[in-house]
Amino acid sequence: MRAPASTDRSGRPAARAHRLIGAVLRRAASPLTFVLLLGVWELACRQFNIPTFILPPPSMIVASVTELEPTRWFGHIWATLRVAILGYLASTAISIPLALALAASPILSRTLFPILVVVQSTPVVAVAPIIVVMLGHADLPRVVITFLITFFPIVVATATGLLATPREMIDLSRSLRAGTAREMLHIRLPYAVPYLFSALRISTTLAIIGAVVAEFVAAEQGLGYLIFFSTSFFKVPQAFAALTLLVALSLCFFRAVTLLQGFLFPWSLSGEQR
Amino acid sequence: MDPAIRFANVSQVFGGPSNGRLTALHELTFDVRRHEFVAVLGPSGCGKSTVLRLTAGLIFPSAGRIDIYGMKVVEPRDEIGIVFQRPVLLPWFDVLGNVTFPMRHRYGRVTSAEVNRARDLLDLVGLADFAGHRVDQLSGGMQQRVAIARALLLDPDILLMDEPFSALDALTRDEMGFELLRIWSAQPKTLLFITHSIPEAVLLADRILVMTSRPGSIRESLDVPLARPRSLATLSEPAFQDLTSHIRKELLARPRIH
Repeated sequence: MRAPASTDRSGRPAARAHRLIGAVLRRAASPLTFVLLLGVWELACRQFNIPTFILPPPSMIVASVTELEPTRWFGHIWATLRVAILGYLASTAISIPLALALAASPILSRTLFPILVVVQSTPVVAVAPIIVVMLGHADLPRVVITFLITFFPIVVATATGLLATPREMIDLSRSLRAGTAREMLHIRLPYAVPYLFSALRISTTLAIIGAVVAEFVAAEQGLGYLIFFSTSFFKVPQAFAALTLLVALSLCFFRAVTLLQGFLFPWSLSGEQR
Repeated sequence: MDPAIRFANVSQVFGGPSNGRLTALHELTFDVRRHEFVAVLGPSGCGKSTVLRLTAGLIFPSAGRIDIYGMKVVEPRDEIGIVFQRPVLLPWFDVLGNVTFPMRHRYGRVTSAEVNRARDLLDLVGLADFAGHRVDQLSGGMQQRVAIARALLLDPDILLMDEPFSALDALTRDEMGFELLRIWSAQPKTLLFITHSIPEAVLLADRILVMTSRPGSIRESLDVPLARPRSLATLSEPAFQDLTSHIRKELLARPRIH
């Protein structure tokens, strides 16, 4: 998009200042609201003497960060991030070929899809302890739990994209007698890319959830474990600090996938996402 | 010499006994000569697009026979290029990539000779300066120009067009009609042009096959007695007016249930 030329608008200083304030407000509205909310939170805690184990004020949450050494924090962050990323990568690596198979073969689709739905319908939180018993205490069960919670949206969205390819595009391919492999590679797969990435974005958040759920069941490290551990000792500010880090992690993960999409497939982003 | 396209008693029935049969086409018989511009004109739902898909070898008739240059159609053929109702451009390629796409898709690679040919075609359709643009930066009319250039890349002898300008606004549509005539005179092709617009058919074609629906069949084959090259002035010729009003009466005379 090209920016509108500056000469086509009114040049009066007052009008310009007005527009400038408007632009700044639009950009700053969301962070300002956030800061305002934090302020209200802080004031309310102090004003009403809310016990810190019920709701600690933001200042106390920030201060609680120093109670743990930085290396310990990084240990917890890395433990959660490692599981989330490994589960996410496994999920992507398995989901895309699976979606290809489902889209290519109606028989596979009829037989496999009901099984996928059953797996998806099983509450992962309920299965998590069973998986830990089956697979032990290392990263593996946690990665499997993350995988289970993230793979379904990716499979479904990718298969949907592959099958939603307009008939005319397929006609174009068939009229050129290019064969099904090239039809898949040149037409159906690129067409599914925006579908795939919208699922990949959703799954980033799910991956963090999966890792935390797994840590709740069995772990010696990780932000989810830290929340579980802190609350049992009424260290609620520390739990809030860990929670804040989880949110930040989730947001960064989400953003990273959007950036990757823009890097690999810039055409697939709508104007708003770019 | 064999005609470019020959339909002999072609019928097309969709669906089976279980889900309700629909006779889309009934006993179609017509020839299209080499480098003739034939418009297939009819109301929506008369099976016009089925005629195109049959000619392209994308589907096969329930009865009857279709020949391209005397050879029965059993699969899509290299001498046919298609322009669809929508441009169907691929957003993952730029404009030039879309024009060279048939080569990449058919043979897996694009040589510099084809890139040059694609640039010449873009020049022919008036888009020489847009080779590197994203396709979503182009207007509807420009996108359809790219689709025409793409259909011409493999130098097909027969061009099939399925209501190619029907999604465009009225002004662009008229402009594209004249553009098509210009392109057609620069690169003569056998042209089968599907449309539901009577003036468009009369303005562009050498001959018009008027179709009626349920089941789709050819009601009349009309020669267009208008001299070429045709221009805006053609629209006000008496012969143009006579033919359009004749066809309009023909199509309205039949009771239609819609």
